[in-house]
Formats: sequence, C-alpha cells, structure tokens
Amino acid sequence: MESFDMLISILGSTIRLSIPLILAALAGLYSERAGVFDIGLEGKMLAAAFAAACVAYLTGSAWLGLFSGIAISLVFSLIHGFASITNRGNQIVSGVALNFVAAGLTVVLGQAWFGQGGRTPQISGEGRFSPIILPGADAMRDVPFVGPLYSNDISGNNILTYIAFLAVPISWWVLYRTRFGLRLRAVGENPGAVDTAGISVTFLRYRAVLMAGLLCGVAGTYLAIAQSAAFIKDMSAGKGFIALAALIFAKWKPVPVMFACLLFGFLDALANFMQGKEIPVIGEVPVQLFQALPYILTCILLAGFIGSANPPKAGGVAYSKER
Amino acid sequence: MSTASVPLPNWINYALLPLINLTLAFLVSGLVVWIIGENPWEALKLMLEGALGSGEGIGFTLFYATNFIFTGLSVAVAYHAGLFNIGSEGQAYLGGLGAALAALALDHYVPWYVTMPFAIMAAALFGAAWALIPAWLQAKRGSHIVITTIMFNFIGAALMVYLLVNVLIVPGKMAPETRTFLEGGQLPKLDWLIAMFGGKLGPAPFNVSFLIALVMCVLVWVLIWRTKLGYEMRTLGISRSAAAYAGIPYVKIVIITMLISGGLAGMMALNPVLGASARLQVEFVAGAGFVGIAVSLMGRNHPLGIVLAAILFGILYQGGAWLSFDMPNITREMIVVIQGLVILFAGALEFMCRPMIVRIYQSLTKA
Repeated sequence: MESFDMLISILGSTIRLSIPLILAALAGLYSERAGVFDIGLEGKMLAAAFAAACVAYLTGSAWLGLFSGIAISLVFSLIHGFASITNRGNQIVSGVALNFVAAGLTVVLGQAWFGQGGRTPQISGEGRFSPIILPGADAMRDVPFVGPLYSNDISGNNILTYIAFLAVPISWWVLYRTRFGLRLRAVGENPGAVDTAGISVTFLRYRAVLMAGLLCGVAGTYLAIAQSAAFIKDMSAGKGFIALAALIFAKWKPVPVMFACLLFGFLDALANFMQGKEIPVIGEVPVQLFQALPYILTCILLAGFIGSANPPKAGGVAYSKER
Repeated sequence: MSTASVPLPNWINYALLPLINLTLAFLVSGLVVWIIGENPWEALKLMLEGALGSGEGIGFTLFYATNFIFTGLSVAVAYHAGLFNIGSEGQAYLGGLGAALAALALDHYVPWYVTMPFAIMAAALFGAAWALIPAWLQAKRGSHIVITTIMFNFIGAALMVYLLVNVLIVPGKMAPETRTFLEGGQLPKLDWLIAMFGGKLGPAPFNVSFLIALVMCVLVWVLIWRTKLGYEMRTLGISRSAAAYAGIPYVKIVIITMLISGGLAGMMALNPVLGASARLQVEFVAGAGFVGIAVSLMGRNHPLGIVLAAILFGILYQGGAWLSFDMPNITREMIVVIQGLVILFAGALEFMCRPMIVRIYQSLTKA
C-alpha cells in the first residue's frame, strides 16, 4: 500500500508541475502553427508571473492578478508581433530579446518596489488560487484505489489546473474545427495561398500571437500565485523551453502536447522524488539526467528515431507580399 | 515604390541605422531608470565613468568584451552559412571543460605558454564537439538548428553541473568547482598593455585571451572573405539552391561551419576559466553566448563590427556593475534589461526606422 501512496503523491506533483508546461506549450502551438516561432514563452511566463504576484499582493485578489498577468503577457506578444510580423524582423532574435527584457525587468522593478532582492512579498488568502475540493472528495477517500486517486489527485487542485486541462480540447476544437483554426494552420504552411484567398496574413498571425500571450499569461500566473505564493527571481527556470521541447515532441498537435507535457512533468516529479534515493541495481541516478531527459528525448525524436517531426512549413519566415 | 527595395549608402546602413536603434534602446532603458526613481542622465554618466574612467574599469570592460568577441564570432560564422547557432552558450560551457582539463593536466609541469596552445585546442575541440550533433541533425535530418542548439544548451548545462558536482569537485569541498590551477594553467594578465596607455590594471582580469580573440577575428575575416570554404559558406547562406547548383556539398559545409562556430564559442572559456578565476565553475558563461547573438547582429557579422559591438557590451557590463554599487536602487539586472532592449531594437526591430530614413534620404537627394 505504501508504494501506492507514493504513486499517488508522484502523480499529484506531476499534475502540478505539468500545468505551466501545458499552458505554455499550447501558447507555442498557436504561435508556431501560424508560422511565428516563439522562443519567448519563457520571458512571457516570467513577466506574467511578476505582474500577477504584484497585483495580487497589492489588491489581494487572485483574479485581478490573473488579469494583469495576462495583460503583461499580451503586451510582450504584441511587441513580438510588431517585431516579427509588422517589421519582418528575425523571430528568434525577438524572442531572445524579450526573454532578456523579462528576466531583467522583473528583478529590477521587484527590487526597486519591494526591496527583497527581486522577490515580491508573500501573498496569502484571497490573493492566491487555492485548492478546490470537488464534491464527494472526502466521502470517496476510503474507497480503495479510486478513492485516493480522486480525492488527492483529481480533486484538490486550483482552478487554473482545470482551466489548463480544459484548454487542451478547446485548442483542438479551435484549431481543427473552426474557420479561424483552418486559416491559422494554413498561414503557417503557405501564407501566400492564404493571402491569395483575400485573408490578411498579418491579422491572422497577430491573433495567433495574442493567443500565445493569453496562455502564457495564465501559465505565469499559475507559477506565481497558484503553485507558489510569491514571485521569485527567475521562477520560470527554463519551463518555457521545456514547453517548447514538449511542443516539438508532440509534433505540433494539441492532444499529444498535453501528454508530452505530462511526461516531462512526470520526469520532473520523479527527479524530485528520487533525489538521494538509490534504485536497486543501478544505484543513485543523477538528478541532472532527469533534468536533461526532456531535451534528450526531443533531440532523439528530431533525429527521426521516433517517427518524424515536421514543423509548420512557413515557420520562422516573415511574409512579404511584394517581390 | 516600396521603401524596402531602395538602396541606401553604406554610412546609413552600417552607421546611422544602428546608431538610431541603439539610441532608442537607451532611451527606453532610461525610461526604466526614471520609473525606478533615479536620474537616467546620472546613471549614464556613472556607467561610462565605471567602464572607461580608470585603468581598472577599462580592464574589466575589455575582459567582458573578450567573451563577447568569441561568442559574436561564433554566431557570425554560422550566420554567414545561413545557420542560426544559438547554442554558443552551451558550446562555450563545454569548451570550459576542455580548457580546464588541459590546465589541470599540464599546470604542474609546464609554464603557461606551453599550456595555452593545448588549452586553446581542447576548448575549441570540446565546443566543436557540442555543435556536432545539432549540425548533423540539421544537415542530415533537416531538424531546425535553432531548436536543437537550444536543447543542447540545456543538456550541456545539466552535464556540466553533474560533472562539477560529482567528478571534478575537490574532495571534501562544498563548492562545485575544480581545484585552482597553478600558474602553469593560468593565462597572464595584460597589465603592460594598459600601462602603455598610462593606466593601472589593478585587480581587473584582463588577460592574454583578448589577444587570442583578436587573432581569431583576423582568421575569421580571412576564412569568410578570402578562402574557398568561406565563399562556399556565404553562397550557401544566400541561397541553398544556388549552392546546390554550384556543386557545393550542403552536408559537408553545414557540419564544417558548425564545428568552426562551436570551436570559436568553446574558446571563449579560456578568458573566464584560465584567465580570470583559474578554475572551472558552474555557469561561468553567464549568458555570454546569447550576448554573442546581439554582438554579431550589431556588428553586421563582420569581425571589425563584432569587436566594436563587443566593446559596447563590455562597457554595459562593467558600467552596469559600477552603477549598482553607486545606485543601490538599481540592481545588476539592469544590464540584462539594457541588453534585451539593445537586442530588440538593434536586432529584431532593425528595419523599423528604415522606411522613415528612406523617405528623408529621398527627399534630401531629390532636392
């Protein structure tokens, strides 16, 4: 029974660690499917986390925190769009720049406003998204197997967790069952054709980039005021890049994105769990291996050993009408 | 007629436009400083004073610039072949392993000038090795080099932490770093160079790596504009199909270019590892690989431009550190903000002002 409890606990932390990945990877999905590379997921998350923590601390409202997190992330998205869509600048360079700006600005402003070395003060009570106990969670607890699973892993998460899981089918529906989604995917493959059909490539791509901003905003907010209770310097800690790896690992498809993120979240949870523990026969597995594993797996996938990953054809290329 | 296709004279393309972009970046940075409640003008003066006001300041500025010259060259070489290497960060990190191993192996027995060539070769070799798999994936499998080099930055970081924590650490010590190299494994400081101009280097770690960096600038210039390989690289960079028609082997050129690029990034490690701290430490690269992207962009992928841009970023680094001493309200991270803004305006938004300039230029030349 003890190993079952362990499994329940690892599963719980897998879910908690996967949420920012799922949201950020879906953000990347919209952007990249429309042909705009976004390596600024990390920076947008970080900026959103900071804004959410600041506003939640000042107003004591988690929802206002969420809105401001999203707002800042949208601003970053607009800058990315302005640089890479309107000005046809290099999308990678723009992403790198925004990551730097976010990493620096959050600490500079945080230190100037709160004077705690880049942290925001602790947020408590209504300023955070607290766990929601689903109906019957306590009653179910004693049912073998299903009970602990339901009451510890499925119930007891905060609202953003459920939003993240809801965003997966919604994204699938938007991308594959709506006119907007069809056009969005088309503009990532062949913007010339979309343009010929009389649809604005620029407007479509801006909307895709804004979707990315929206989701990154939620991801950042989750980090600051749902998973933790304050903004901490560099708290996104490479999650934006793991999300990017997950997006590629999932071959730019929404439902596989969720599973890839859960897998990478699971690796992360396992790494925390295994720290300092010995596995029979193998001995202690270094934590760094678990940290590198998402990237190693993605590279193996890219090498073509696990099926092939074909990115959107027009990805990374700015569209220009004229010759 | 659209403004995009209007040719502009070189002095506008290579001097005025970058200058305007740089000014914009600094204006926004000034705005940030102002929001924090400090005087931007005072901050700028403090930064310049800290970076250029003394022999020590100049020493630190050039020390940082040395890092950026190496990584800038690394990015530029790849860029000429149409490859975007954003893995300089990881390649430099691994290069540090090579340099440190050479120093650890030799420092007991030989003076520094014997260690140096081995350290250079080892650093370049390790950096190049770290670029090999992304290069192969790009050349053979068509995986986007940007993505694979990002992945390799993280894999490299994990690998290095593992090695430093578990293998290279001095037994009994807590800090994840190698032992301090003896004099035979350290690159000497260039205090005589600063003294020639009447300054005093003081504790600034400005060292021989700077001269190695300058030599590499010349070699890269020769490679790109004076050799067959460089010609093939540039052809590939401009048009892959034209290169194919001309019989230039894609796979070979991509892999060789990335090996050179990785090697240059790896050599960056000489400066902080052998030249400054005399030991291998965790995260000694500290973002220099990414700054290399900005340096290469601003320097228009030309060695001379790269040296100038690297010095500019050196001034930013040293000046920013100085600034955070004198204005405690502004943390060191202000450098990161300015850096990001410079990359944004000089890199991603480099064409933003072009239409306006074209219109002004046309109205001036017509008149």
